[in-house]
Amino acid sequence: MKRFVIKEFLHIFRDVRSMIILFGMPLIQVLLFGYAITNEIKDARISVIDHSMDYASQAVTKRLYASGYFLEGEHIGSTQQIEESFRKGENKMVVVIGQDFARKLESGNHPAIHLIADASDPNTANLLVSYASGIITAYSREIFLPENIPVIVPESRMLYNPDLRGVYMFVPGIITILLMLVSAMMTSIAIAREKELGTMEVLLVSPLKPLHIVAGKVLPYVLLSFINATAILLLSYFVFGVPVHGNLLLLLGESLLFILLALSLGIFISTVSNNQQTALMLSMFALMLPTILLSGFVFPIENMPDILQWISLAMPPRWFITIIKSIMIKGSGIEFIWKETLILVVMTMIFILASVKKFKIRLE
Amino acid sequence: MSEISVFGEGLKKNYGNTEALRGVSFSVNKGEIFGFIGPDGSGKTTLFRILTTLLLPNSGHAAIDGLDIVKDYRQLREILGYMPGKFSLYHDLTVEENLKFFAGIFKADINQNYHLISDIYDQIAPFSKRRAGKLSGGMKQKLALSCALIHQPRVLILDEPTTGVDAVSRREFWEMLIRLKKLEITILVATPYMDEAILCDRVALMQEGKIMTTDTPERIIESYPLRLFKIKSDRPLQLLKSVRQMQGVKNAEMFGEYIHASTNNEIIGIDEISGFLSKNLNFSFKIEEARPGIEDCFIYFMQKNK
Repeated sequence: MKRFVIKEFLHIFRDVRSMIILFGMPLIQVLLFGYAITNEIKDARISVIDHSMDYASQAVTKRLYASGYFLEGEHIGSTQQIEESFRKGENKMVVVIGQDFARKLESGNHPAIHLIADASDPNTANLLVSYASGIITAYSREIFLPENIPVIVPESRMLYNPDLRGVYMFVPGIITILLMLVSAMMTSIAIAREKELGTMEVLLVSPLKPLHIVAGKVLPYVLLSFINATAILLLSYFVFGVPVHGNLLLLLGESLLFILLALSLGIFISTVSNNQQTALMLSMFALMLPTILLSGFVFPIENMPDILQWISLAMPPRWFITIIKSIMIKGSGIEFIWKETLILVVMTMIFILASVKKFKIRLE
Repeated sequence: MSEISVFGEGLKKNYGNTEALRGVSFSVNKGEIFGFIGPDGSGKTTLFRILTTLLLPNSGHAAIDGLDIVKDYRQLREILGYMPGKFSLYHDLTVEENLKFFAGIFKADINQNYHLISDIYDQIAPFSKRRAGKLSGGMKQKLALSCALIHQPRVLILDEPTTGVDAVSRREFWEMLIRLKKLEITILVATPYMDEAILCDRVALMQEGKIMTTDTPERIIESYPLRLFKIKSDRPLQLLKSVRQMQGVKNAEMFGEYIHASTNNEIIGIDEISGFLSKNLNFSFKIEEARPGIEDCFIYFMQKNK
């Protein structure tokens, strides 16, 4: 056993590709998601058509540009030009302030202010409009004391992630993807490689029991995956300031459970594939795509068609993402996530049983 | 009669509709080097995989040291040393790491068992820090043999151990096998090389999933019932064509620069053949009567079976 584990570590450390996947990927993915792929609005170009040109309209304009979300885009003088500037991509939103803005505001009439957004990208348009409305509402409430204008302004608070920072969302997702990738894909390939090279033949004709072979293959990956998960957490904490509100031990424990699940899945894949290529394809299609698409990491599960929602119930990553989000962001304890944990435990047991049953003690 | 170590009886194996083994029976004595000689596709590898418990036969049974290859596969795997046809060590591990790994999985102590492999391993020891993938073909085979021997197996099963190895290394490899006999290890070896047959204690000639004959190489050669002639010339192809046209010549094959022609007729001798060829050919040739080799015997049995 000891020899087997040593051998497996040597395989990993001597293979440049394995090393890149194991240690390069987490770093690159975290940085990529953290810096490049973000759905927050920053520096969106907008233009203001001001028909009033009074102190109030200019104050609103100034506030918009000073917010940090918007940049001054191509200036347009009339509403006729809006569509053209959208088409050219010069502006993402145009704010049209109607005539007599300040006077209407003072007299309590509703002053006209239109937000026209380029909704070819609906998510962005939505965000732009709500950011801009927020700024305008805040301004109007500052000028007039609340008792003067008895309008109901709903005040929404985003709990746990008040700034709606995307980074909070993707850290759980990335940990999940990487653990899946490293644990399941790497083990399935490692076992398939023995079959492909013919060394499995020699291993089978030895006193090693299937359990020894599998355990020897898997142990190094448990350790490496665990190091990986920890590295991602550290990276996201120190570089992006993602907090861990819950119990760190619980978080690491749940990660370990998920690693075991992914490994058992990897072993299962390797029992049904005879060479590295099949193992790779199977892991890609059976693990990576569902992890990314159906786990709720990229697309909200609530918005999926019923059938996909049902399928997503069978996706281990879905439950794991829920668990680590709860622990990291909400600070929940085990009493709130025991159900998800139990599901993962059951899934792990099913896969281990299935692979032990499928593991071949002979060549056919 | 000495103790029987390995025997098989009526072993059959199909892959789909292809019959890889069609009823193979044999028995190997303890401490013997037993060769399975036959071309690619004659069923040697399938037979070895059945004996090493890697495949289940469709019918027939076999046992090694009294252990059934199907029922007792677990105990069998403790006493077998197996070297598959494909080089199956870890390319990315060094020579030493490979040896340690295989000793480890058999729970064998390298120091205690070193005498088993010292002959072989001493030759590759200078390269012990080199990755196995970077060794030459001959050295790879020596390492593989060391790894298969380190746990002192009672039976060693070698599937084409010398395929793809240069002539010098092949000879060295066989010298090592012959030295292993004093350790009382039974050795089963498959090879497509006829010249290696002569080095075995007994051989089984295999063709199309069947054993054609089993005996010591000497007796197989003795039992060759035909007369054999070696003929040589500068134009071997034309010569071969003419020889084959002659009545009474049972078979003629190219063997390197010589043509081996066999006749089953006592009347046809050197004079008759040279007479026939001189009449038909306008170039010179040399002819002499020859002792048959295993390969001649193999061809004889092959044609007899057809």
